[in-house]
Amino acid sequence: MLLISCPWCGPRPENEFRYGGQAGLTRPAASADDATWSAYLYLRNNPKGRHQERWRHQPGCGRFFNCERDTVTDRISNTSKIGPR
Amino acid sequence: MGDSTRFSFLSLLRHGAGKVWDRQWRDAHPKASYGVVIVGAGGHGLATAYYLAREHGIRDIAVLDKGWLGGGNTGRNTTIIRSNYLQPESAALYEHALKLWESLSQTLNYNVMYSPRGVLMLAHTHHDVQVFKRHVHANRLQGIDNEWLTPAQAKAFCPPLDVSPDVRYPIQGAALQRRGGVARHDAVAWGYARAASALGVDIIQNCAVTGISRGADGAVTGVETTKGPIETGRVGVVTAGHTSVVMAMAGVRMPLESFPLQALVSEPVKPVLPCVVMSNTVHAYISQSDKGELVIGGGTDVYASYSQAGGLHVTRETLAAICELFPSFRRLKMLRNWGGIVDTTPDRSPIIGLTPVPGLFVNCGWGTGGFKATPGSGHIFAATIARGEPHPIAAPFSLDRFLSGRMINEEAAAAVAH
Repeated sequence: MLLISCPWCGPRPENEFRYGGQAGLTRPAASADDATWSAYLYLRNNPKGRHQERWRHQPGCGRFFNCERDTVTDRISNTSKIGPR
Repeated sequence: MGDSTRFSFLSLLRHGAGKVWDRQWRDAHPKASYGVVIVGAGGHGLATAYYLAREHGIRDIAVLDKGWLGGGNTGRNTTIIRSNYLQPESAALYEHALKLWESLSQTLNYNVMYSPRGVLMLAHTHHDVQVFKRHVHANRLQGIDNEWLTPAQAKAFCPPLDVSPDVRYPIQGAALQRRGGVARHDAVAWGYARAASALGVDIIQNCAVTGISRGADGAVTGVETTKGPIETGRVGVVTAGHTSVVMAMAGVRMPLESFPLQALVSEPVKPVLPCVVMSNTVHAYISQSDKGELVIGGGTDVYASYSQAGGLHVTRETLAAICELFPSFRRLKMLRNWGGIVDTTPDRSPIIGLTPVPGLFVNCGWGTGGFKATPGSGHIFAATIARGEPHPIAAPFSLDRFLSGRMINEEAAAAVAH
């Protein structure tokens, strides 16, 4: 079980969190073409190695935050609050 | 090795007990070029090479693997075979595979130990009952066997099952596919490898693909490997959990996420479980191997990962569910657990077919349930590569459905790893 550090609440066990998938996906404009929408909805980097992802501290503060984790070792190198882009 | 042993009762007698058999397939070294290169020597990749050679006359094939043959998900799954899927496209695909399973040992002249002992899928809630009855009716319309059992009938079919009404999730009934069952996973990989090798296919182990070369027109011209470059005009990627990584070498982003899926086996015991039992609601599935071990499938971790391990709490939840379904199994010791990396798609259906890169084909996205499809998957993927256009059964599973929106939603089938 991972030990994940919520930027608001501190380190907590993995089963207090919901995985939120790849971070940094930007919702396209409604007028964007099918390929842009398809990429936003379905295409993922799915890297073997360093991964920028989101987690949500569901039963705690309930907030989403960013996390950098290595998908081979599962080691988390950083968690941070979601800020303005 | 075109003159491999023809196995029969007589050949077993002649060979005698206790003697070592010859190697059944050639461990090849790469040539400078091939007509087709298959990346991934798991069941699906080896089956693809076999059907390319046998049905399409293409013998100039290399199957490359970064590790050893059948060492990925082929050697890590729980060997369940069934075809009782809801959507017509899926039912056609998995039934195509099931029909090939029924005669596969004869086709390959290699015993894959296909055992149609029945797959029992338990319903614990009103919603489960509705969903499974819908599956039963849909399957009957598709000509696929699937029947509804009452709790008493389920108990009669699978005596160790606890169908008492005072458990946390009482069993309300079950769907049974009698033609479903299990096969010996290693034998499937070895059988296809042996048959493909006999037809001239080169199987090259410990040969990782590190790049996909493309010409000025964008088409595939070859692959870079740890054993040197190989020229080819057609590459079939069959790399399960690592598909995103391999496809990225050709600049193609995939609608995939890779998760660790766990399984475990108990100490071997005398025959206690006559069929395969699956439960989506309590999240468990179980069968007994010919060695006597109970083979138990766990869930996936919630986060994407390539660590072939997975969290221990996932296994613990699975065992809690197994102990509830089968109180008599509570004192069994577990021998081993392990993880495999499964590639899941947004609609939980596989991707089989062409890609935006000419000459590059992909067969992936089988998620938690690819083993059952092995013969069918290889068969239609071979036809797709040979003709350069999707086999009719493969056509709905093309990559461009994520652009057109024509999804094949099988999330109900994959609510539990299968």
